[in-house]
Amino acid sequence: MRAFVDKEVTPHVAEWEAAGRIPRSFWKRLGELGFLGLEFPTEFGGAGGDFLASIVLGEEMARCRSGGVAFSVLVHTDMSSPWLTRYGTEAQQRKYLPGIVAGETVCALGITEPGTGSDMAALTTRAVRHGDVYRITGSKTFITNGVYGDLYFLAARTGSGTAQRRHEGISMFLVERGLPGFTVSRKLDKTGMRASDTAELAFQDCPVPAENLLGVEGRGFQQLAAGLQRERTMAAVLALAAASQALEDTVAYLRERHAFGEPLAQRQALRHRIADLATDLEAARALVYHAAMLYAAGEECVKEVSMAKLFATEVANRVAYQAVQMHGGYGYMREFPVEGFARDVRLWTIASGTSEIMREIIARRIFE
Amino acid sequence: MKILVAIKQVPDTATQMKLGADGKTIDPTGITWIVSPYDEFAVEEALRIKEKRGQGEVVAVSLGPDRVKEALRSCLAMGCDRAIHLNDPAWGAADTLMTARALAAVVKQEAPQLVLCGRQAIDDDMGALPAQLGELLGWPSAYWIMEEAVDADGKTVRVARQVEGGLEVFDLPLPAIVTAQKGLNEPRYPTLKGIMGAKKKELKDVKAADVGLAAEAPQLSITALEALPPRPPGRIIQGDLPTAVKELVRSLREDAKAI
Ligand SMILES: Cc1cc2nc3c(=O)[nH]c(=O)nc-3n(C[C@H](O)[C@H](O)[C@H](O)COP(=O)(O)OP(=O)(O)OC[C@H]3O[C@@H](n4cnc5c(N)ncnc54)[C@H](O)[C@@H]3O)c2cc1C
Repeated sequence: MRAFVDKEVTPHVAEWEAAGRIPRSFWKRLGELGFLGLEFPTEFGGAGGDFLASIVLGEEMARCRSGGVAFSVLVHTDMSSPWLTRYGTEAQQRKYLPGIVAGETVCALGITEPGTGSDMAALTTRAVRHGDVYRITGSKTFITNGVYGDLYFLAARTGSGTAQRRHEGISMFLVERGLPGFTVSRKLDKTGMRASDTAELAFQDCPVPAENLLGVEGRGFQQLAAGLQRERTMAAVLALAAASQALEDTVAYLRERHAFGEPLAQRQALRHRIADLATDLEAARALVYHAAMLYAAGEECVKEVSMAKLFATEVANRVAYQAVQMHGGYGYMREFPVEGFARDVRLWTIASGTSEIMREIIARRIFE
Repeated sequence: MKILVAIKQVPDTATQMKLGADGKTIDPTGITWIVSPYDEFAVEEALRIKEKRGQGEVVAVSLGPDRVKEALRSCLAMGCDRAIHLNDPAWGAADTLMTARALAAVVKQEAPQLVLCGRQAIDDDMGALPAQLGELLGWPSAYWIMEEAVDADGKTVRVARQVEGGLEVFDLPLPAIVTAQKGLNEPRYPTLKGIMGAKKKELKDVKAADVGLAAEAPQLSITALEALPPRPPGRIIQGDLPTAVKELVRSLREDAKAI
């Protein structure tokens, strides 16, 4: 994995960052090497591995020094497609998994809407059953892989919840690109993660075949909530691995850069700062691995995963601030990888559940 | 067709080498060990020959301490069918000739039609072993191979060797020894499936006695290792362009003797 990233990913990230997308040929290459099906059953071309194999994928991809490349890939492998093996029927898996594993079908997750993000239960996109299709109407935003994707794991309302149970009535659908009434309304321009495409999507009476309902009608919220633990652990992994890379880059820079007659690496103020950041990262790593092990073992892990996501992404942002600071003016220049890292990593206290929402979840588990 | 690939475990190219306290060995702490890159070309080629013929067996073999198992496992993960680990304190100080003797003994037991090696290991860059092995076995051998084609009935191999400005083409009767040069192929990455599968494949420990060899003393021993002198700092030539160019040419000619 590391050899692959060094040879076939890192040399291209500047180009993909500038283009705002990763090429199709790269998805196919990932598929060819088996990286897109690490945990999927071997009968569909997967490798039959476990969650820890995916963690390695996340850690190593994040070291390519483009957060966006790693983000796009992991949205496909860990933040969308796993719902298919978790809740999909045999027929749905047979239809979609081979393409997903081969990198021919790029996946996206569509939950967030212009009107709601953190409050998932407030989503308003509707899916109304008409014979053998559901007609979907509404819009989604901030959808990663949304511009160039092929298969969207979409959350929509099939029923209205009650005042007490607002999250009832949400369902998940497998929506193929190109259906009538489904348009990519905008490619969004953003601070970082520039190699990953982010879309605003519009649905107008878009007919989705009834057999593309994923899981149980009305249980979408519960299904999504269960899968979010994987997504959040992976977000923590990506932030952590990229931060480790940025810290290594910074240490190398301090060794090389001279000021006042000696390498900056001799300055105690900077050495101690590096020591603190390395300590924070080590603590974050221990927490993330702990949460990952609980998740992999199928144990209750919501509190630990939320803590890991909160702590690792905030530590990574502290690393970003200090990595730029210790690079001086060069840290503010596009040519230096820490500049991109600082833009990319800013996302991680927001996406996959904000830091505030993580604190809500942790607090609820402490007080209630 | 049975193919034996001889591989060596070497320090990763990115490793910062430090001399050991005795001044004769390298300090192994902190070293990441890998399969020598030229040997990876050999493994890849063996797998391609097998895949092209639709049948056959690829056996990886290596001599060295316990850590070498990891290198053999990565060959198994790439797709080798089984591995042999020549692992015996008697070989602790093996030079290339002792290693060649041990390999020759394995080759006699295994009776492959083809032995593939890297053109040299990237640690000590000796490149002596394949020739010694060829001599001990009395087999034809060809080195620094860029292209290779085994004929349909497995009787000969046509190889193209890299020479200045071109390729030299030979036909060797099998069994033979061929060593891989960079450019022969692009080695595959082990897949997760391959890595998992490798745990179940045979990795056999072989002692000197198992291949009928008695302990012997190496004929080559290292007297001392010396670190490279630190690179002298670069020099920036000041002044206006015409003068600077003149000074650069003079310096390249007279100081560096590069032109
Ligand atoms: C680059 C990018 C890629 C993304 N990719 C995807 C994707 O692929 N699929 C997808 O579905 N979504 C995606 N998202 C959306 C992302 O998950 C949401 O942005 C996130 O959940 C926050 O929702 P919001 O933006 O609506 O903010 P809001 O929910 O409006 O929150 C605004 C602020 O209020 C705070 N807040 C909200 N509720 C509370 C509370 N109860 N207590 C305290 N504070 C609170 C939040 O923490 C935040 O600071 C992506 C976002 C970005 C930026």
